[in-house]
Amino acid sequence: MTIRVNGEPLEIDGPVSITALLAHLRIDPRRVAVEHNLTVVKRPLYDATSVSEGDEIEIVNFVGGGTSRAMGYGRWALGAEATVVQSGKS
Amino acid sequence: MPNAQSLKMHSDPLVIAGRSFASRLIVGTGKYASHAVMADAHRASGADMVTVAVRRVNLTDRTQESLLDYIDQERMFILPNTAGCYTADDAVRTARLAREVGLSNWVKLEVIGDERTLFPDNIALLEATRTLVRDGFIVLPYTNDDPVICKKLEDAGAAAVMPLGAPIGSGLGIQNVNNIRIIRDQSRVPVIVDAGVGTASDAAVAMELGADGVLMNTAIALAQDPVTMAAAMKLAVEAGRLAWKAGRIPRRAYGSASSPLDGMIVAGAGAGRPGV
Repeated sequence: MTIRVNGEPLEIDGPVSITALLAHLRIDPRRVAVEHNLTVVKRPLYDATSVSEGDEIEIVNFVGGGTSRAMGYGRWALGAEATVVQSGKS
Repeated sequence: MPNAQSLKMHSDPLVIAGRSFASRLIVGTGKYASHAVMADAHRASGADMVTVAVRRVNLTDRTQESLLDYIDQERMFILPNTAGCYTADDAVRTARLAREVGLSNWVKLEVIGDERTLFPDNIALLEATRTLVRDGFIVLPYTNDDPVICKKLEDAGAAAVMPLGAPIGSGLGIQNVNNIRIIRDQSRVPVIVDAGVGTASDAAVAMELGADGVLMNTAIALAQDPVTMAAAMKLAVEAGRLAWKAGRIPRRAYGSASSPLDGMIVAGAGAGRPGV
């Protein structure tokens, strides 16, 4: 099946749980947060949450940032609006 | 009169939403040349609260070091921010993800309204504040230096208000001294001046106006020597706080002699002045 993870298409045998998806991507679940089709998934529900064809997943973590933009990480910003941010001057 | 030693020992914590912070300086994590320099600067700053941004995990390069490895979480409280969000919905979504990382239900709420100035969108900010307060967040909104919006944010349940001193990253210092003073006078929640500080004296000015704290990132991170600047900011915030508590003298247009006029070896006021 094809899903989208952080805006990029990903081919993976499915359906998979969030736990399995994170393991597949070699991401430590303790330092990230996950959104499944625009809904935040609580960590205890990672096993029970099933990701299927066409689903949208966001996986985020904390990066350097003070006020307004996270320098050097702009292209990983959430959402379309964030693209505007990185084009601005610092 | 307290002596210097007792002032040092006297605890004067910044209290937000019932939580005490020993330092009134809040620092950022962006723009540093390296994570190691950032960690050194954080130590020198004495700060015990640090703000971090929320971004997508880099899926193609899993070797990147984690920012959290360079933050001493024994000492530092993590304040996630919604930097880069331009709508209330995006800010709320980002805040909810940040909370789910599991380190904090606090959020430095930013909803930017203009790309060039990075001024906040106050209408969207107020809306997002209401939503997140209802959702159980401790909300610290980054706002314009406008007393009316600060009042509305406080009424909406903000745990502190964070008026800007000047545009983010501008280093211009406190542009509207009078507004910051008015915001302090009217607010029942802590007032944190967020953004605009360029150097130590700017931080001292903010504190002398009665701000409860100062949040800064660029002024330290992009200084030629970030660690030394962090130490300077620590002293400036402390000095400004003490000056505020001490109560400054009124400004006056003319001189006022510090030495007694009695017992002068020449007679009378103005003696010896030419033309008198």
